[in-house]
Amino acid sequence: MGHSLQPKLWQRTLLTTATSLAMASVGIIGIMGFAGSASAQEDTFKVGLVTFLSGGASGPFGVPAAQAAETVIKAINEGTLPAPYNTKGVNGLQLESVVIDEAGGPTKQVEEYRNLVQRQNVDAVIGYISSGDCLAVSPVAEELKTFTIAFDCGTPRLFPELESPKYFFRTGLDATADNVGAAHYLKETRPDITQVAGIQQNYAWGQDSWNDFQLSMNQLMPGTEFVDNQTPQIFQGSYGTEISALQTSRPEIVHSSMWGGDMEAFVAQANVRGLLDQATAVLTTGESGFNRFKDQAPDGTIIGGRGPFGAFMPDNDLSEWFSKAYEAQHGVSPSYPSSKMAQALLALKYAADNSGAEGKPSDEQLASTLKSATFESVSGTVRMALAGGHQALQPMYYGEYHYSPETGPELRNIRSYTGACVSPPDGYNAQEWIKNGFPEANCN
Amino acid sequence: MLTIWAILIDGLIYASWLFLVAAGLTVIYGVMRILNMAHGSLYALGAYASASSIGWYYASGGDQLWIAFALLASCAIVIGAIAGFIMERGILRLMYGRDEVLMLIVTFALLLILEDLMKLAWGTTPYFAYQPYAALGRFNFGVLSVSGYQIMVVGVSVVVGAVLWFWLERTRTGKILRSIIHDREVSEAMGVNVRRMFTMTFVIGASLGAIAGGVTAPIISVVPGIGVEVIVVAFAVVVTGGLGSITGAAIGALIVGLARAASIHTMPQLELFIIYAVMASVLIFRPNGLFGQATARKI
Repeated sequence: MGHSLQPKLWQRTLLTTATSLAMASVGIIGIMGFAGSASAQEDTFKVGLVTFLSGGASGPFGVPAAQAAETVIKAINEGTLPAPYNTKGVNGLQLESVVIDEAGGPTKQVEEYRNLVQRQNVDAVIGYISSGDCLAVSPVAEELKTFTIAFDCGTPRLFPELESPKYFFRTGLDATADNVGAAHYLKETRPDITQVAGIQQNYAWGQDSWNDFQLSMNQLMPGTEFVDNQTPQIFQGSYGTEISALQTSRPEIVHSSMWGGDMEAFVAQANVRGLLDQATAVLTTGESGFNRFKDQAPDGTIIGGRGPFGAFMPDNDLSEWFSKAYEAQHGVSPSYPSSKMAQALLALKYAADNSGAEGKPSDEQLASTLKSATFESVSGTVRMALAGGHQALQPMYYGEYHYSPETGPELRNIRSYTGACVSPPDGYNAQEWIKNGFPEANCN
Repeated sequence: MLTIWAILIDGLIYASWLFLVAAGLTVIYGVMRILNMAHGSLYALGAYASASSIGWYYASGGDQLWIAFALLASCAIVIGAIAGFIMERGILRLMYGRDEVLMLIVTFALLLILEDLMKLAWGTTPYFAYQPYAALGRFNFGVLSVSGYQIMVVGVSVVVGAVLWFWLERTRTGKILRSIIHDREVSEAMGVNVRRMFTMTFVIGASLGAIAGGVTAPIISVVPGIGVEVIVVAFAVVVTGGLGSITGAAIGALIVGLARAASIHTMPQLELFIIYAVMASVLIFRPNGLFGQATARKI
């Protein structure tokens, strides 16, 4: 036992000095950080961005949306957006973002939302691709009185289940419009079809989409026979057996609300197997694969982009700027999730710039400005005319996909349907509205 | 009649793919008694390696199908073997002798780590390597058609099954492995280098998982999360057949494949339910699966 367990004097001195220095550093950094953050809080507007950064929805939806946010926020802060957004920041404040992964399910997202608002002190939240997350977070946004924009989720139940919303908004259409629009497109472009089949991911989104589509077809093309509907599980990836089943039912049209990698894999497999020679696919979210299909989707495949987004964006200064800026920064054209994120950020800037606030606008000022507002966006002029002024009313677009190796992908035979034609007015349950023959719809 | 033929053909094709996915899992469990949750990640690694190599080959102007297939197979095997070796030597060998449940948790942790590492390496954008799938065309049987690639998958599955059977039943190494399966302690006492055999088994099992992913890559879009999806159905197959039994995995895959195909063609809404209904029905009457053997617990 030649060694003493007691530290030597020089060791104790070194330890004490190091500890003191560390504590002093922490103190100084803390004071500087506090001062810095207090100063930053005055000059910046902090927005929480929630989008899928992991899981199956991240590749086709979450990451493109996050990339769009990066592009648009940079331009907002530099003041390089086209008019009417060509002023720096939001109401003069630099926009600072906190990005959160949407993966993990509604319970986790409610916790994340509370964290964003109560601990990270964000001034607004933009996010939510999953309908389940939207449904879970919206009442919490109202409870915490925080200005929140849902940029993509499509559930028609969102506002009917949210009593008198004040702070929660959705700057896009819901899924009813996808399927009512698809039925209108078929009626106009394929009036002779009689046999229709479907393939949908086996969860609420797929089931609701198929129900809405069937009901719409029953109204618009009453002679339609629904010969099959396949319901593979989400992220299944391989659809060999489902394609055989669809082939044996001999449809003329195959409707699918599948999204992301599932949708693109189904198209590639169905094309090789010859199903898409026998039947035309109607892909309600097909636009998200527009730049990747190449010759794997046959010419004439009918695709939608959940409104005037992605390849369906109309020509205007904002859409032209956004397409160029996004492509320059990320190497590909923006798909519809990217455009929808851009629209939500423009809505935030519109609300902040027009709030009349001096400095940072309050949640109440932002909400009252955006409610029932009309603002310019990458998708044209947006009217917040649904859900008591809390949801956008926009036209629905469908078109045919065509591809040539020389010119790349293009859309042909594009048709648009007014928002009032494809979305139920306030006070109507979506399915009842369709079943009753689209009362108050204006398709002119 | 058309539906019956379709069920048989689709059931066989799906069963072949299931067997490919489950073979490595059951080999590792049979020899090492490790329920390798990270098998799904090895599948995904194989898929990413194959998809990116095929994508690179065609993007750089290649058009020879056999080179694409050679790249697909070699990249999957190499990445599976390397990942398997690192996992076994770096982590699992430190855990041998521990409870099976602990090994399950460790491999689950590996699954999560590998999922994130793959995101770091390949990002989150889907990878498509459809050229081999498209190049093999299709065979038409009236209104029904089968892709040439799917028929090739059946062939690959038969070859993998035959090689595994021959290796375990007809080679010296196979006999040694069977002795380890029968009694690890006695094998060690007889001079068998069990640790080395474990490394070899794990590397082979990992490569099998990666080959399954590599073969699947041209059919699907390769995205984050595919490994997690596949491990669940692979477990259902090996549990139905009997954990650790190659024959069990083959029969389990066939039963599950045919039941699923019958469901899709007749009652598509029961597709997911039917796989687990088959598993539960088998386990009610044979708790160790169709070919699993009850073993006495050593105390």
